[in-house]
Amino acid sequence: MLREYGIPFLPEVLVTDIDLVEDALSGIPGPYAAKLCGENISHKSERGLVRLGINSVDAVKENCRELLKAARPEDCATGVLVAPMATGLREFIAGVSVDPVFGPTIVFGLGGVLAEALADVTARLAPIRRHDALDMLGSLRSRSLLGAFRGEPAVNLEAVADLLCSLSDAAVSIDRLRSIDVNPVMIVNGLPIALDALVELSDAETES
Amino acid sequence: MITSEHFRALFDPRGIVIAGASTHPGKFGFVALHNILSCGYEGEVFASNRERAEVLGRPTVADLTEIPHGNADLVFVCTPASSNPEVLRQAASVGIKAAFIASAGYGESGEAGLQLQQELVELANELDMMIVGPNGQGLVSTPSSLCAQIVAPYPPVGSIGIASQSGNFVSSFMNLSRQSGVGVSRAISVGNAAQVGVIDMLEYFAGDPKTSVGLVYVEGISDGREFAERLEQVCRRMPVVILKGGASGLGARAAASHTGSLATDDRVFDGLCRQVGATRASSISEAFDIAAAFATLPAPRGPRVAVVTTVGGWGVLAADAISATSLDLVELPSDLRNTLDGLLPPRWSRNNPIDLAGGETKDTVPAVLESVVSHSDIDSMLVLGMGIQSNQGRLEREGPFYPEHGLERIVAFHERQDSRYAEVALSASVAADKPVLIASELAIGDPSNAAVAAVRSTGHYCFPSAERAVVALHHTYERTVWLASFGTPGNVSQ
Repeated sequence: MLREYGIPFLPEVLVTDIDLVEDALSGIPGPYAAKLCGENISHKSERGLVRLGINSVDAVKENCRELLKAARPEDCATGVLVAPMATGLREFIAGVSVDPVFGPTIVFGLGGVLAEALADVTARLAPIRRHDALDMLGSLRSRSLLGAFRGEPAVNLEAVADLLCSLSDAAVSIDRLRSIDVNPVMIVNGLPIALDALVELSDAETES
Repeated sequence: MITSEHFRALFDPRGIVIAGASTHPGKFGFVALHNILSCGYEGEVFASNRERAEVLGRPTVADLTEIPHGNADLVFVCTPASSNPEVLRQAASVGIKAAFIASAGYGESGEAGLQLQQELVELANELDMMIVGPNGQGLVSTPSSLCAQIVAPYPPVGSIGIASQSGNFVSSFMNLSRQSGVGVSRAISVGNAAQVGVIDMLEYFAGDPKTSVGLVYVEGISDGREFAERLEQVCRRMPVVILKGGASGLGARAAASHTGSLATDDRVFDGLCRQVGATRASSISEAFDIAAAFATLPAPRGPRVAVVTTVGGWGVLAADAISATSLDLVELPSDLRNTLDGLLPPRWSRNNPIDLAGGETKDTVPAVLESVVSHSDIDSMLVLGMGIQSNQGRLEREGPFYPEHGLERIVAFHERQDSRYAEVALSASVAADKPVLIASELAIGDPSNAAVAAVRSTGHYCFPSAERAVVALHHTYERTVWLASFGTPGNVSQ
């Protein structure tokens, strides 16, 4: 549902028919990742249902075949989700969280393995203006990570501001919103890409 | 419904009554009357005492209804909580519109007290009275020479408006005001904030011609959204500097037991301050530095700072401090460098910080300061090292050889020069409409130093260090940026 608000996710394709893979992936550069999708699948990695770093469309087809075959009836599998592998050195987190005193807030911070230790997170009350979104980026202690970094180009600040403004739109539009977690937001070629997201509603309903 | 008439009654009353005046010099009811009578208040002062005892040589009334109707606008309440409903009724019956309630025994003392507090608010609403407190230390209003508080000090006249959830912070800020000479317009401790709180005071300050900046201390905020929205409206009209307790988990727990309010994630409060254009300070001294900068300096139009220093080390630390902010230690424009070449000996730094390297003379300092601050590529100027000569002068004057050996003449000369340099720097600030900040630890170490005294006598603030001046300037510039984000004033030049 967050796509509708303009949060940039990776293009992804749900494969149910191996013959359609070639067409579906045209224009999406590899390498790819593939995982079996279904309501009741748990222990995906342990069962080998997530495949990473697939280098060609033929190999995608082969992996899809294997994954569909590996599905058990109780998995309620709906197909194989194929997406390009996003690679980048920098991860951030973005989201909406409801403060007990001030209500919905937009949150942005450093992600990745050091996130918890550094606790470098900044927040503003929703809705935010574009000025606030850019100011949030400048408020991070680790803001130097937004510049050019180890061979990767500088982060496109306007694109990150777009993402935060989209979250702000979602924060004020979604009924019964309890929280949104977009984690990680990976920087790929300078642009932010949401790799995963969780929307929590107040009746404990969740949607991604 | 609180109106401007209630605020006028509170801060500029035509007459004031101390309810519960005491003959015992250790009691609030004595101290409050003493302070009102000692600081120059010109309105009528009445006092009530159950036994009609004389207090400070003045007669008292046993009952507020004995006061002629319309002669007093404000009652300062020091009576026990149980007597207060009757005090308010009597006060209202003689035309009093505002009450400051110093009495304790309300919300801060538990459930029963909270009940009494709510009843008091209902009664005040019914009587069309504004009540501030209970459990507050009092208020100061320099336009009315009013010191209605149970604590000291009484600050010099100025344009800083102070409101606090904790009375001690009002005293802290006013102590800094007295020490630095940068004055206060109104100051008030809102105590338990039963009917009106800090945000109501800020809204009044924003429309008060005597106040140019709000300086507040808050701990807990109950209605967060409304607070943020009202604060933004205030910040559109006037700078606001906020010191907030409870930034850490431990502080938050202490705040909850102090003001009984809910703690919030500190990062949210931090973010909302930036969002609504309020300046958040991290300590009492930083909060006062920033408020003093807002109160006494023109707003910087852009980030470009020039540092002028008589010796190198101070300039280096100032440069370090600037690099940690959004300010820009600008490369000296070549035409300005040429101008300074003509005024200074060759050993000057030829860059920013502008290190005069002891090459300044009485004739060149004013020209240097004026040409720097008036240059179109400079938005503000920080001046370091003022007062050094007078500092030596003091040692000489206090030493065993004074006034012989030519010392009298040279000491007087140094003091004259230091005064003149400070005056020139600040008049150049006015002429260019750009902030000029003078920083020296002599502001604290020796406020009688000629340079410090000159800064003070022109109504300016002598910053106690270059780093503190830089932080304050940074915050004033951040406000310029915030205002510019709406397309209003400020024009951020690059």
